[in-house]
Amino acid sequence: MNSKMPIYFLVFAIISLVLGMCFGMTASFQYVMPEFLKDYFPFSKLRPFHATSVIAWIILAATGSIYFFLTYVEKFKLFSPVLGKLHFIIFLLTGTAIYYSYTFDYTEGREYFAFPSFLMIPILIGWILFGINYFKTLYQNMRGWPVYYWMWGTGIAFMTYHLMEAHFWLFDFFRLDFIKDFSVQWKSTGSFTGSWNMLVYGISIYLMSKIKSDTNVATNKVAFFFYFLGLTNLMFGWAHHTYLVPTQPWIRYVAYGISMTEWIVLASIIYNWKRSVLKVEKENHPMAYRFLLATDLWVFLNIILALLFSIPAINYFTHGTHITVAHSMGTTIGINTTILFSALFFIIHHLYPQYNTDRKWVKRGFIAFNISLFLFCASLFAAGVKRSYWMYVTKVGAFSEMEESMVIYYISFFIFGIGIFISLVTVVFPIFKMLLLKLKPGK
Amino acid sequence: MPVNSKPYLYAIAFLLVTFGLYNYVVYTTESYIAVEKLSPQAVKGQQLFQSNRCWSCHQLYGLGGYLGPDLTNVFSDEKKGPLYIKAFLNSGVKSMPQFNFNEEEKEAIVAYLKQVDETGIYPNYDAKIEATGWVKLKYRNE
Repeated sequence: MNSKMPIYFLVFAIISLVLGMCFGMTASFQYVMPEFLKDYFPFSKLRPFHATSVIAWIILAATGSIYFFLTYVEKFKLFSPVLGKLHFIIFLLTGTAIYYSYTFDYTEGREYFAFPSFLMIPILIGWILFGINYFKTLYQNMRGWPVYYWMWGTGIAFMTYHLMEAHFWLFDFFRLDFIKDFSVQWKSTGSFTGSWNMLVYGISIYLMSKIKSDTNVATNKVAFFFYFLGLTNLMFGWAHHTYLVPTQPWIRYVAYGISMTEWIVLASIIYNWKRSVLKVEKENHPMAYRFLLATDLWVFLNIILALLFSIPAINYFTHGTHITVAHSMGTTIGINTTILFSALFFIIHHLYPQYNTDRKWVKRGFIAFNISLFLFCASLFAAGVKRSYWMYVTKVGAFSEMEESMVIYYISFFIFGIGIFISLVTVVFPIFKMLLLKLKPGK
Repeated sequence: MPVNSKPYLYAIAFLLVTFGLYNYVVYTTESYIAVEKLSPQAVKGQQLFQSNRCWSCHQLYGLGGYLGPDLTNVFSDEKKGPLYIKAFLNSGVKSMPQFNFNEEEKEAIVAYLKQVDETGIYPNYDAKIEATGWVKLKYRNE
């Protein structure tokens, strides 16, 4: 009998997602009413809760899915089920400790890692255990590895490195030199995102190859070309976050050059549009198919945005505005979350082949989710344009006046944020129930 | 068709070596402009900036939260400056939490923001957009 460990990862991923959305909605309301709950849950407290919870959703869902695919679908014998359980327990206990630290304001860290730095040690141990288990399980079959195995392995290795890099500020060598420290902080943050993208995008290729029953999707040379292109961007393309910081110009030239290679990805998406996911045999996996279809659309929209503001002349006007937030919401919700939902539906079908996921309310939730997300990102984009106009064109008036003039956009993004919450809960509820059933003793 | 993994392993090895060299250079290269090391007082200010999660709402060089203004040049801003910063810290206006910094802590935060300010300008209006899409910025002390 397979271990229930992957299911535990997935259950806690869904809990993190729901909690993260609750924190996010409350925080976004403070843009509309700045004094709302300020004495108890100021924005500065809610934001770390929100960021950590939604990152936990992506990490736990990706990890659980990978463990599931390896053991339940591919039928590999995990090198050590005990290490897998230990990995889950470490993440669970560390997550609880992080929530505790945020509740009682033990927050000595930085953006995205606000918790006390020593809590990074168990997180790193968790990733190392995952790495040992992953590579030891798959090492024997390395000769025939499809691209997703490379992507998952890369994601695990680089995640471990960049989590360490995000804490280089603890050393005076970095910390005392503000520009170096600041650049390395944003280098690590950008590459940390790139690392989880390796895990999640690997999952999307895995799903495509399985749903299509076509291994060529994951073994052809084009798939490997894009893997190496992504890896090069992960390693060297981070500096578009810091174009305006006085680092050495060559760092920024390299980032500009590397980022522009993503035009190839865009051209490929357009060229392959009709040949890619649209041909997937959707009968057995209707919802997994729909979410992958949505991913295709969100990749298309976000890559255009990312490419445009990787051009320094455009980045100059968009940097430091909500346009950046629109992009990060578009990628984390639009791309990462749709892929992970597709994985959840695939997993449910594997666990319960007779269970019908193609239900009326799930389909409605899926449509409402995409519409809400589009309008949510559009509100942020409009707010970003207005802020940029204030910064570079009018250049007059206090910050607070500019903020007050943007309330209409904030109301809009708060309302569509609620839309995302309701629609995702509608979609995820049946999955959550079925996963919980699997955790019952004897199942 | 089974995948021949060898060429991919070589490609990864090449990228990893390049990445290692690249990181070494990034970590050891000085900034584009001369920057003084943070003083012990500024380091304390930075600690307070972090432990009170100022980055949740405020930005430095346009990086951080969006609920509050960017603080890169708040120290040298003619309309703001050190007294304004100190007055604002415990004010609790709008969405700003009600902090209770003592005088020494306020001085430390001001010292940190002073040193941040000395590193450059944001937003930098002294910029020239080139035909290649590049932006040539004129930094402080250049």
